[in-house]
Amino acid sequence: MTGSDAVGSPAQNSPEAVLIASILAGEREKFHLLIMPYEGQLFRTAFALVKNEEEAEDVVQDAVLKAYRKLASFRGDSKFSTWLIAITLNEARGRLRRENRVMIDSLDERREENADFTPAALTDWREIPLAALERKEICAMVHQAVAELPDTYREIVTLRDVEECSVNDTAAILGISVALVKVRLHRARLLLQKKLAPQLRKATKDTSKRSFFGRLSWL
Amino acid sequence: MALNCRHVWDRISDYIDGTLDPQVRADVERHLATCEICSAVLDSTRNIIILMADDRVFELPLDFSKRLHARLDDVLQHEHPEPA
Repeated sequence: MTGSDAVGSPAQNSPEAVLIASILAGEREKFHLLIMPYEGQLFRTAFALVKNEEEAEDVVQDAVLKAYRKLASFRGDSKFSTWLIAITLNEARGRLRRENRVMIDSLDERREENADFTPAALTDWREIPLAALERKEICAMVHQAVAELPDTYREIVTLRDVEECSVNDTAAILGISVALVKVRLHRARLLLQKKLAPQLRKATKDTSKRSFFGRLSWL
Repeated sequence: MALNCRHVWDRISDYIDGTLDPQVRADVERHLATCEICSAVLDSTRNIIILMADDRVFELPLDFSKRLHARLDDVLQHEHPEPA
């Protein structure tokens, strides 16, 4: 994860460009193949904004249909994935706006200034609890912490750390500068660390205790 | 330059992404080598980033893909993309 790859222009003869050309030439069913690699990304992007699975699914469906209808306007001067994610983000933002659920950026900025960006200093939690991910409560903790972030931070962290978009692609999708992406990403990561590190430490300690006693009772 | 903990925290994200310039990176590493708190902050932040990228954390709803392609199919059968 270097975060420094440029927003690449896909080569005119890349498999994706060939696919797009054949869809526009009439092989419409190939659009299924075109979007397949990005379905998960689109859902997670929509979910980050609307915070509801059903609505996120509607947003993705509407965004994908819009992308199909507007496919001829995709110029290939950005990645197809960047274009598709930007459409999904706009669709989700439009929905929030229509329902007056939109959080105003300036409000976020004020919260930014007042937020405490001091990380949690825990020296005894260093392990990655990947095995613990099977447990719903760990996933729920992560969901909750992300959901509680201000909207601007949640968008950034979702694109950058959940979708693993590059810093440049994230900036292109959101229409903001690379420098602002970096500042917000940094703050979002520290807020998540502060919130999650103590919770995850406790949860993973409980896991190791449980499995220890589990072994004892089995013996 | 000798950095204090606050300086290092301010650079954690760029350090993880590998976007610090080499001199600053070396200063951060010198601090991390001797500061247990900052190296723990680094490890836990990195762990959380790894967790977030794991597909099991943000799973897709059951049959999400099936429903998406079914709706798409309806449109593909009846509509062409709009002309540019």
